[in-house]
Amino acid sequence: MTPLPADVLAAFAPSAARRRRDRAARGVIAGLTVLALIPLVLLVYYLLRKGLGSWSGSFFTTDPTGATFFKNVSIGGIKSAILGTIEMVALASAIAIPIGVGVAVWLVEYGRAGAFANVVRFFVDVLTGVPSIVFGLFIYITLVITGLVGRGLAGYKGSLALALLMLPVVIRSSEVILLLVPNSLREAALALGAPRWKVISRIVIPTALPGMITGVLLAVARASGETAPLLFTVGGANKTTLGLGAQVNALPLQIYNDIISPTTAVINRAWGAALTLVVMILVLNLIARLTSRRSRVA
Amino acid sequence: MTTASVPAGDRSVLERSPAARLPDRALRYGLTGLAALILALIAFFFVRLVGESQPALSRFGVFGFALHNDWNVSLDHFGALPLLVGTLVTSFLALIIGVPVAVATALFITELCPRRIRTPVTILIELLAAVPSVVYGLWGIFFLAPKLLPAEKWVAAKLSFLPYVGGGTVTVPNQFVTGLVLAIMILPIVSAISREVMATVPADQKEAALSLGATRWEMIRIAVLPYCRSGIVGGAMLGLGRAIGETIAVTILIGDSPVLGHQLFGQGYTLAAVIANEFGEASGLHRSALFAAGLVLFVLTLVVNGIARYFVLRAARGTRVAPDKAGPDADAGAAAAVGA
Amino acid sequence: MTADGSSPPRAAAPRGRRRGSGDPAAKTNAAPAASEERPLTKQAHAVRLEKLRAFYGRAEQVKGVDLDFHANQVTAIIGPSGCGKSTLVRCINRMHEEIPDAHAEGRVLLDEVDIYGSEVDVVAVRRAIGMIFQKPNPFPTMSIFDNVAAGLRLSGAGRSDLHEKVESALRGAGLWEEVKDRLAQPGIGLSGGQQQRLCIARSLAVDPEVLLMDEPCSALDPIATLKIEDLIDELKLAVTIVIVTHNMQQAARVADRTAFMLSGELVEVGPTNTIFTNPTDRRTEEYVTGKFG
Repeated sequence: MTPLPADVLAAFAPSAARRRRDRAARGVIAGLTVLALIPLVLLVYYLLRKGLGSWSGSFFTTDPTGATFFKNVSIGGIKSAILGTIEMVALASAIAIPIGVGVAVWLVEYGRAGAFANVVRFFVDVLTGVPSIVFGLFIYITLVITGLVGRGLAGYKGSLALALLMLPVVIRSSEVILLLVPNSLREAALALGAPRWKVISRIVIPTALPGMITGVLLAVARASGETAPLLFTVGGANKTTLGLGAQVNALPLQIYNDIISPTTAVINRAWGAALTLVVMILVLNLIARLTSRRSRVA
Repeated sequence: MTTASVPAGDRSVLERSPAARLPDRALRYGLTGLAALILALIAFFFVRLVGESQPALSRFGVFGFALHNDWNVSLDHFGALPLLVGTLVTSFLALIIGVPVAVATALFITELCPRRIRTPVTILIELLAAVPSVVYGLWGIFFLAPKLLPAEKWVAAKLSFLPYVGGGTVTVPNQFVTGLVLAIMILPIVSAISREVMATVPADQKEAALSLGATRWEMIRIAVLPYCRSGIVGGAMLGLGRAIGETIAVTILIGDSPVLGHQLFGQGYTLAAVIANEFGEASGLHRSALFAAGLVLFVLTLVVNGIARYFVLRAARGTRVAPDKAGPDADAGAAAAVGA
Repeated sequence: MTADGSSPPRAAAPRGRRRGSGDPAAKTNAAPAASEERPLTKQAHAVRLEKLRAFYGRAEQVKGVDLDFHANQVTAIIGPSGCGKSTLVRCINRMHEEIPDAHAEGRVLLDEVDIYGSEVDVVAVRRAIGMIFQKPNPFPTMSIFDNVAAGLRLSGAGRSDLHEKVESALRGAGLWEEVKDRLAQPGIGLSGGQQQRLCIARSLAVDPEVLLMDEPCSALDPIATLKIEDLIDELKLAVTIVIVTHNMQQAARVADRTAFMLSGELVEVGPTNTIFTNPTDRRTEEYVTGKFG
């Protein structure tokens, strides 16, 4: 800053030290922000570089052979992993979404600020913080070692663990959106003589729908990437099985198992699978974002 | 509101038939039942978890298990202290590295950033949360850890006089890299919560500071940061909870050495990682000990998340001058940042 | 406006409160210092607006205003809602440009220095030209002492200096006696009127040349309002004051000169008494007699 022409303002000007501190602080903040974005860039770059190389027609259409230690044996692709993930997440969603939305509707429309509702909210909070591996333990305790549904690992048990994981996310995001539906809408419908269930199903939910879809899609994306809940509930497999009654493969499981392999080809497959998984999740995120643009409440 | 005394044909226009009221009642009780089901489920799981941990806990005592320093599978002796310490060390490392960076990104986006690039930068930070944990592990072990190895060796050599940092062998899976990757993983959530609170700083607070002749940074220092203290602490605690419970990335990156007092650049172990690695082949007392480890982990995340919510809610209600956003919305806003 | 409808504005001017001299005619005197028998505490600077235009995006809210604010005098700006008076005042300490897409054109001269000049540091401008806001806004996380000291600490005032200056600022704001025993308590624990005087003390502490007040009493009760109006009367001995108000009685009570704005334009400016008893422009007359507003 060059000296001012007249000195009225000169007495009030900040000292050079203050100006320096201001510039330095702003520089540090901007710098740390760039620092935060560097891992993302490196991750994407590396994923693309190592993963794209593995992609091929046969990569997506052959099952892994399970041969991971021998150099010249074909290792196969990831077909069963992709299908397994899709099946399991679909089942998990089919369980978690109705229950989750139902609980959210109850919280907003019936429970509201009551004591019981607050207890429920507290427990949903608790569920949010549970580490994903503990969900696997929960299902293991109830369904794998007890004789309830037959011992042993199975795809649907993994789905249940994933559903438990998705539940609090669906409940929380649905509750937020339902709360944003203006009360005046409900009151207008009630004033027309509509019964409560019609108000909910015809007015509230359709208004909240885009926002709820966003929340659900994000929960689905999250569940697709989870490995820990599947470790002792599903077990993994090689062949594609269309039913979920027995052990099934899943993308995260496949990657996890491939990482410890000494064979380069297998590790490359892991990169290809990782890229596939990330692309799937990004697509879900994108659809979620586009849906939220069409939201009528927020 | 009874219809008992009125014959069907004479019902007034103000009353509804029992059949018409059925859907309402069914919905209400059905949904209430669902909510109660959630409670029952969680209580049930907790009880079963305690039950399965019983053998190990009664063998070693609760505190004996949690605080004894010896996890020895072959000798059937299980003290979880090295796991607990490993969990806490990596998680706090994640906090130390991740929280300042996350708060900086939040400040940048809300206070310094030109409006045009605000959304793109926000989306990029959020993208970090979309990457699954196993992919972080894959990238960490094959790209990041080897790349950092020379630098880590240099630091260990230069600071060899420091007990925990220098000295020992530097391995590729190590606690430092684990903490670093955990920091990257918790960054989005801490940033999101910080941004939420910063957006609620009333404009006239910031204007009051500016009109005193404060520079931009001084305005942030006087008007924004003190106002957001509670919220930022809450966000950091949520990040801590996330770091404590993180399993897969940690399992891949930390090695598997359940020995206490290890080096920063050496292997370690955490509660979550030990379960992931050893559960498959465990039986008897070992398995029970792993369940007990799961219980400890569960309780730990419960406590940390509870503290976190306290701070976040305090920020949502606390120093606000104009209470135009009452309870549910403020909670919902913070909740949305957490859950979504 | 009709809240004060009981007494016609024309009679309100002579009813002005303590002005040192009991002579109502003294208020209309053009020479600033001579109308008061009290000596100036500090010779402040004058502000002049030249062709000031203020925009929100493309919308022009202030349309070419030329206006003088005399040193050590109180100038009130009155006008109906939306006439641009707040926007105008926010251009004087360059707060207007903090709003995204907002900008100003023209010149604002603080004693012949254009504060919109390219060489000028906006931080210095804001320290020289202080602002009191409509709703009292003490920093909620700070004590009374820290609030007043906030501006001083920025420029690195020494410890001993700090206590002196805080006390003198609080005295200047007429708050010292009420808070001297509880300086460590939080600023927001005070009543509304006290909080506003705290904000005034905070602004005074950095020794500004000009004090802008944007409807400072609109959130306060009548007693607190009176206290602040008394204060303004004292403050003008040290600073030039510009006060935006929608309350014409208040303008009549505190201001030496009054400017009337309508739809972004300056309609008329002059000694307060003249504006209220003998305005030149017909629109001014209609406004002060309550025909619209």
